[in-house]
Amino acid sequence: MNYFVEAFAWIADPAHRTGPDGIWTRLGQHLAYTLIATGAAALIGIPLGYWIGHTGRGKGLIVGATGAARALPTLGVLTLIALFTGVGVGAPLAALSVLALPSVLAGAYAGLEAIPAPTIDAARAQGMSEWQLLSRVEIPLGLPHLIGGLRSATLQVVATATLVAYVGGGGLGRFLFLGLKTQDYPQMLAASFLAVALAIAGEICFAVLARIAGRRHHALSNR
Amino acid sequence: MAADISAAKAQHAPHAPSVRFEHLTKTYPGGSRRPATIAVEDVTLSIPAGSLTVLVGSSGSGKTTLLRTVNRMVTPTSGRVLIDDNDIAGLDAVKLRRTIGYVMQESGLLPHRKAIDNIATVPRLNGVKKAPAHERAYELMDLVGLDHQLAARYPAELSGGQQQRVGVARALAASPRLLLMDEPFGAVDPIVRADLQREVRRLQYQLGITILFVTHDIAEALTLGDKIVVLAQKGRIAQEGTGAELLTHPADDFVANFLGLDAGRGLHLMNSDGVQLVMDADERPIGRLSGPGR
Ligand SMILES: Nc1ncnc2c1ncn2[C@@H]1O[C@H](COP(=O)(O)OP(=O)(O)OP(=O)(O)O)[C@@H](O)[C@H]1O
Ligand SMILES: [Mg+2]
Repeated sequence: MNYFVEAFAWIADPAHRTGPDGIWTRLGQHLAYTLIATGAAALIGIPLGYWIGHTGRGKGLIVGATGAARALPTLGVLTLIALFTGVGVGAPLAALSVLALPSVLAGAYAGLEAIPAPTIDAARAQGMSEWQLLSRVEIPLGLPHLIGGLRSATLQVVATATLVAYVGGGGLGRFLFLGLKTQDYPQMLAASFLAVALAIAGEICFAVLARIAGRRHHALSNR
Repeated sequence: MAADISAAKAQHAPHAPSVRFEHLTKTYPGGSRRPATIAVEDVTLSIPAGSLTVLVGSSGSGKTTLLRTVNRMVTPTSGRVLIDDNDIAGLDAVKLRRTIGYVMQESGLLPHRKAIDNIATVPRLNGVKKAPAHERAYELMDLVGLDHQLAARYPAELSGGQQQRVGVARALAASPRLLLMDEPFGAVDPIVRADLQREVRRLQYQLGITILFVTHDIAEALTLGDKIVVLAQKGRIAQEGTGAELLTHPADDFVANFLGLDAGRGLHLMNSDGVQLVMDADERPIGRLSGPGR
């Protein structure tokens, strides 16, 4: 119990807020890692997921990717990539992107896969080109699934980005490892709180997004 | 009144195309476990320009397959389809589909678009701006008897009959000269169905277009068709002709059986006030025969 109070006191201490090793800096780094890694995963995962969903080719990739992701030891990947690229931000970002990719890929693909075949058939029969079919029917109808995929990817990355500090990249994990070294448990707990807060903020953002997308789809769920 | 309609018809109908199937065969490739299916085999058939031709046959006889070769949703294994003597294999499939109206059994509306936007689909694809496309969509709602209040509803918020009307309106939005209808009224109750059938007759007359209509319901075929084509298995044409010809001179037992002439259904014609009625065995009129004299 005491630790909790001390942890909040640690966060509340103005001396811990600013400066190159302050909460704001670390929080900003953590957020930046999350955004960049998820963004990179989206950049690759969304087009790839759409391509597989639209053409029906390469479905094995989805199964393989999601399966592999579950089995992948994140810390191992991180260390491995760091071994090749050296210490710095490149390795953790690459590792986090790899971690986020399967969720994004699965979300993009599942959104297209869930559309009833007659709807696609009808759209094509009206004279939509493949591109129009994708942009006007498949993407809008698949949006809720895609948002779901991005959401779990982001959550995973927020949680895992604490490991970035392990290879010297900063972020909220920095407080964790620092606390571990100096046996400063309030600081470690404070770092966890901050990570949880970031995760919750992300959840709220996605809940709002899902709501906006869902409003456009409210009519669909009646069926 | 009659003069008005025919004037309107002439104005709206620069040209309705004919359709011709020549030695058309479609085999669906099998998989590792199932064998290939011959859906239609060596079908040769002419659909006259400006006619309402009905393809009727039992389930699996290849009606849908045949119909979908016309808008290239199905590619023939061999043989060809001609629209006005042009082999459609040489045309751009996407452009071709925009010139052919297509109504399906399950309305096939886009669930994320309002009724009005569903109706405006093809004009929008053709680059018509939103406002004029919607204006046109409202005209079509009038044409198929849909209240304008329904324009802002999503398909899931419409009844089955209303969805079908939206489907018909959508198929007509780009003023196609050829309309394909695949059991469009299978999912609605008999009263709405009769209403929609009347609507189709009226539209065909008013717009002067060619309609190719698929059904497995012989009563519907008799009610609608200028020309009726009875299909046996694999699209084999058992008989083609007007409803009266089929009823009076069925080509063989298969056709007679299909018409219900020998199955105790006892369908027959009765002339009442110059109208040809289709009567069942209990002397109840179940339909009215259409034909050139209408
Ligand atoms: N995509 C497909 N792949 C494999 N076989 C198919 C496919 N579509 C149709 N078939 C087969 O081809 C045959 C003709 O099917 P089709 O859908 O043309 O019949 P239909 O007359 O429209 O039947 P229904 O009245 O039940 O709609 C059937 O044996 C059917 O199983
Ligand atoms: Mg069919």
